Amino acid sequence: MAVLVIADRDGDTVRDTTHKTVTAALKLSSDVDILVIGQGSKAAADAAARIAGVRKVLLAESAGLGHQLAEAVTATVTGLADGYDAILSPATTDGKNFMPRIAAKLDVAPISDIIEVVSNDTFVRPIYAGNALETVQSSDGKKVITVRPTSFDAAAEGGSAKVETVAGADAGKAAFVSEEMVKSDRPELGAARIVVSGGRAMGSAEEFQAVMDPLADRLGAAVGASRAAVDAGYAPNDYQVGQTGKVVAPALYIAIGISGAIQHLAGMKDSKVIVAINKDADAPIFQVADYGIVGDYKTVVPELMKALG
Amino acid sequence: MKVLVPVKRVIDYNVKARVKADQTGVDLANVKMSMNPFDEIAVEEAVRMKEGKEHHAAGTATEIVVVSIGVTQAQETIRTALAMGADRGLLIQSDADLEPLAVAKLLKAVVDEEKPDLVLLGKQSIDGDNNAVGQMLAALLDWPQATFAGKIVIGGGKATVTREVDGGLQTLSATLPAVVSVDLRLNTPRYASLPNIMKAKKKEIAVKAVADYGVDTAPRLTVKKVTAPPTRSAGIKVADAAELVSKLKTAGVL
Repeated sequence: MAVLVIADRDGDTVRDTTHKTVTAALKLSSDVDILVIGQGSKAAADAAARIAGVRKVLLAESAGLGHQLAEAVTATVTGLADGYDAILSPATTDGKNFMPRIAAKLDVAPISDIIEVVSNDTFVRPIYAGNALETVQSSDGKKVITVRPTSFDAAAEGGSAKVETVAGADAGKAAFVSEEMVKSDRPELGAARIVVSGGRAMGSAEEFQAVMDPLADRLGAAVGASRAAVDAGYAPNDYQVGQTGKVVAPALYIAIGISGAIQHLAGMKDSKVIVAINKDADAPIFQVADYGIVGDYKTVVPELMKALG
Repeated sequence: MKVLVPVKRVIDYNVKARVKADQTGVDLANVKMSMNPFDEIAVEEAVRMKEGKEHHAAGTATEIVVVSIGVTQAQETIRTALAMGADRGLLIQSDADLEPLAVAKLLKAVVDEEKPDLVLLGKQSIDGDNNAVGQMLAALLDWPQATFAGKIVIGGGKATVTREVDGGLQTLSATLPAVVSVDLRLNTPRYASLPNIMKAKKKEIAVKAVADYGVDTAPRLTVKKVTAPPTRSAGIKVADAAELVSKLKTAGVL
């Protein structure tokens, strides 16, 4: 059994979501190859080749692949599919975009967002916004799977796989127009060791920034937000932590002025240590928090900044 | 432009799903059911395209057909969409909980019959959370796809779609016909007015059976069990920030 992992490329390197997907892949087989897709991706392919346990790295380049367009990625991957029994990708927005398309072209049922590999045909995945876990067995000859990165440890560095070039398909009937990526010196929300998240209690975008940014900078943390705060316009869309936003599992998660709706808990309850600061002692967030402070964030956060020194 | 909007009847998003004691699934007996919230956003956008609301020119959509695959009661879900402003409905009746691949194959058969210029649907249903049908339908039709839409502009034979992606926004231009899946912040769906609810009762809903389409809907996945997630127990309340910092240092996370 051979497994192909589609890398989550980030410029000249690959994100650690790739390493985590390799860990899931190694539970299926020891023959794990990585496919790096893009344009000008040689350095990223070399980075992928350093992941321990990888057999070889395939590099597919074309103009259409530069922005991971689903049509071009699908044509590239289906062209390689004969050599593999399973194709895995991290459940990033890119993976979620192209993996079902690949599955349909191969006439197999995709298995989305797995959190556990039970055996090489059986997997556990969350359903109903994480309120239930489903164990599914696939009867398809080829498995097409997206992997929830926060549920797997990152594969170590230290490999020295060789890099081979394969044909990259060109764009189809969709074309890239533009992108607007949020630039920040802070760590990425999905990969940060510490996340501080704010809720609707902040009351305005100005207040959200004034409270959250200095604390995040002091802790070297990423900033997150509840859906309520995002919907109210206090924080940008891509800050949203929850079932409909990002699923995070940092070492430390600090929820400030967040009540803890089911939807939000689904996105952060796998964090190692959870801290909740909320003036409502009955807020559901306290039911999952390791440490809670009942109090107004307006007084607690400044005290916290002081205590951190 | 003719728009096809697939909608799904699911557990209401305000209801907490509870796993059945025998681990065969989630208990849906006597539970409030509603239109999948993402699909509601797709219906709203199609209706705005017809009405010429927001940035859409009036008549961008000329006909809106709503299709649902599910139990008889899914007609209520279709009726909700008709009350919001869709023109007619189609129910493909199925008591089985079909997998995304089977749903995509049925929808392809509907597209072959209806020949829409645009299929607009929710990015995922809040029960199965697969996030797959739109992409799979696009693949089977060999149409371009634009998933997770936060803004859709129709013009020049293309859908220009701003997608909500990790780290920001990406804008794509897809040649019509295309499949567009919508994300939460595309719009806020309306509540149907009483006169429109009355009008919707007169709109047509055709009812067909899965077998009418002659596609393979056999399941590929077997659900071995459905369990409740591990619960996290509440920790301790600390008195103040100083105590919190000392606890976090002891725990090794600061």
